[in-house]
Parts: sequence; C-alpha cells; structure tokens
Amino acid sequence: MSNPQQLRYSKEHEWLSAVEDGVATVGITEFAANALGDVVFAQLPAVGDTVTAGESCGELESTKSVSDLYSPVSGEVVAANQDVVDDPALVNSAPFEGGWLFKVKITDEPADLMSADEYTAFAG
Amino acid sequence: MTEAPRRTALDALHRALGATMTDFAGWDMPLRYGSERDEHVAVRTRAGLFDLSHMGEITLTGPQAGRALDFALVGNLSALAVGRARYTMICDAAGGILDDLIVYRLADEEFMVVANASNAQVVLDALTERAAGFETAVRDDRENYALLAIQGPQSPGILKSLTDADLDGLKYYAGLPGTVAGVPALIARTGYTGEDGFELFVAPADAERLWQALTEAGAAAGLVPCGLSCRDTLRLEAGMPLYGHELTTATTPFDAGLGRVVKFDKEGDFVGREALTAAAERAAAKAPRKLVGLIAEGRRVPRAGFQVVADGQVVGEVTSGAPSPTLGKPIAIAYVDAAHAEPGTKGVAVDIRGTHEPYEVVALPFYKRQR
Repeated sequence: MSNPQQLRYSKEHEWLSAVEDGVATVGITEFAANALGDVVFAQLPAVGDTVTAGESCGELESTKSVSDLYSPVSGEVVAANQDVVDDPALVNSAPFEGGWLFKVKITDEPADLMSADEYTAFAG
Repeated sequence: MTEAPRRTALDALHRALGATMTDFAGWDMPLRYGSERDEHVAVRTRAGLFDLSHMGEITLTGPQAGRALDFALVGNLSALAVGRARYTMICDAAGGILDDLIVYRLADEEFMVVANASNAQVVLDALTERAAGFETAVRDDRENYALLAIQGPQSPGILKSLTDADLDGLKYYAGLPGTVAGVPALIARTGYTGEDGFELFVAPADAERLWQALTEAGAAAGLVPCGLSCRDTLRLEAGMPLYGHELTTATTPFDAGLGRVVKFDKEGDFVGREALTAAAERAAAKAPRKLVGLIAEGRRVPRAGFQVVADGQVVGEVTSGAPSPTLGKPIAIAYVDAAHAEPGTKGVAVDIRGTHEPYEVVALPFYKRQR
C-alpha cells in the first residue's frame, strides 16, 4: 500500500492533509484501516468540539474490536464526515479520500508528525 | 518462555493468499483473507473454504471404546450408529464443562473425538485417565489430520464434482470415508456456520492438494477462502456456543440451555452425574440465568464481558457480540437473569463503555437457513 506524499502522519496512524486557511482534514491510514478490519461504527467528534493532539476524540468499531480515534493536532472541529457515520465501510474502501473523518482548525500541532516516507518506514 | 506458534499444513498457502494471521490457542491461523464481511456473506449465499487444522482429534479404539466414552462424556456414545456423529460435552466431577465435542463413530470399535484447539490437551488427558479401566486405547491424532471445511449452499455441488461418495445419502451429523480429488478423506456433514456444509479430515500431506482442488472446483460457484473472523460471526448468528465464551468450567450444560446433551438414562455411571443431576433439578425448578439473544437498536457493538442492564441494575453479561452481516445490526449472546430473559422483555440495555444502548431480547438463533 502507498501513503500519499502530500499528507503528514502520526504515530497513531492518522493522516493530516495540507493546511489551508488554518484548517486540515484528518483520517486514518490504509495501514490502520486494514489492521482494524471492516469498520462498522464510527463515532466522530462533533463540530465545535475541541480536540487535543494525541488524545482520544472518538471511536472506530470494527467486527472484532473497538479503537480510540486520536487527533493528530489540537484545535476546533469544523466538520465531521457524515458519509462515514452513515457508511463506516468508507474508512476501509477509501481511507485517504471519501473515508476522511473530520476537519480541524488547528491551534497547535506536535513537531513529530511524519512525512509519507517516514511513516511508510514506521508502519513497516 | 513462550513457544513459537504452531502452523498448519496450509500455512504457506495462507500467506501466499495474503491472509491476515492471528494467534489462536497457540496456532497461527488465518483471521481473514480480505473483508471478513464478504467472507461471511459468501458462506451464507455461496460457499466458503476454511482451514480448521487446529482442532484436536483423539481416536479411541477397542471393544469398550463406546463404554469408555459413555463414562467419560455426558452423552450416550455407545448407542451411536457407525457413520454418525454427535455433539456432546466432557464435564468435570462438579458438572463444569471442560469442552464441547463432536464424536464420530467410524467403526464398531473406533471413535474419533474432535476437541477445540484450546482444550485438546485437557480433553486428551481426561480421556486417557477416564478410559484407563476399559478395554480401549486412546490415541492422540492431532498430528495425523488436517481439517478443511467447505460451508455454504453451494458446497454440496462443489464437493460432488470432486468425489464419488454418496453425498445425497450423507445426513447432517454423519460421516463416511471416501476420496475427494484423489485424496483419502473422512467426509463429514458437519460445520459451525449454520449452513449446509462438509468437514474433510485428511492427512496433512494431502491438505494443500485438496485445498487447491476445492478452490478450482468452487471458483465458478463463488467459493472464497474464509478465516476465523467470519467463522465467529457465522456461528454467532446461528446461536452456536463457543468454548471460553458461552461454555466454561464454571458453567454446566444446563446453565447453557444445552441440558439435552446429558443422557442420564445411559448404562453405567459417568463423570459428573451427581453434580449434573442437581444442576438439572435447579434448571427445572428455577433457572437462575438464561442464555438469550440480544439485537441492537443502535450501531454500537456489544463485546464479551459487557454488562446487561435493566432499570439501572446489572441483570446479565454478554458472552459474545459482533456486528451481524445478515441482520445488519449488532447482536450478542448473553446470560441474563430469568426475570429479563423472555423474548420481547422491555427495557433491556447493554452497557457499552458507560452508555446504556437499548437491546431487544430474542430467542436464539438469530439466523436459521431455509431448507
């Protein structure tokens, strides 16, 4: 699997899009989606919620397990992907596209977000 | 010190197919090859192929093999006809379930006991000890068998194209020796999916050849390789108990609603008789808890160990839970206080990480195939 070059990545397997007007899109990587198995339920942060880098802000439930969703950055949620709430399988079928999870207006971001090449090496 | 996981005869094939592997009872087993939901649907609508070589086979031979099993197990195995199979259990002296088993009578003086992988050694040890006073030999056959299962409505047609065995004459819970794709096999009409299907016991050296033949013969019918993940959701929908979840040493067959497997009227004594007699009386008078089905109204998934609640009180515990691909909703099997166990009981919920999600109480199974 290939990790898109234009994204940045967290150790918790989230991706973060390029920042435009202070806002970036967040999702989980294909590696993470494959590890979870079929995602059947997504609880996303709500618009207006404050998220903190590295802290849980929702959950992704798959056939076999439930995983916390972490935010790779701190900020205010400005959009949540209702398509994923309605059809959680989008996280598996299009993790870098239609399966995005939320958009955040960034107030702070950690220094250790990885490039695509660094993440590919990290995820193995 | 941890031992390296055991690998089945089909291990290289699973890896070549890109399976996600998982440790299961000390075995490295395929969890899924692609999407577990697609595999589940394939078994319900077409056919699926499973590697179950981790199951534990134990053979008893000799003139008193049947009598030994009557003493060791709760069933009446000496009454089993040659060529038939039976679902039964092995209990301890206190009536607790050591394992649930399928026993095949292969000949007058030959039985094969199939134990769960996690309990195979416990069952082997118990059978060896309990058979000591009988004219029978107990043989550990775990190394001598690979086990493939083909399950789903298309499985009879697929298997027919590879064997001359009389599959039409082979009833559910029966087994006969035959040849499949040139491979000698014990062909059993058993499974753990709620669908029609077959389990094929073969020599490990023949497993890969048989797998390939079944894969080719089933391609046009839509057969796919299936892992343990969908096996679990299939059995859950079919309301079948799983050892370590619905069945434990702390549970008697009567607690699990499976008292019918205990045959008190068989000849001679058997291990656990006294405790099981008491358990049967308790169950008949007033069952403390009952095993029920729960269907979610929402989308959050109950997991084993989650509490069942009603009116703010804990009234039970989930033993297995998963999203049901067939129902399109999360489902669970749970032990629930008798007062809340009737199908349709109002106000029952599952505590899912602090939120009480409403659930409907139903009778098991969730799914029954059309015949």
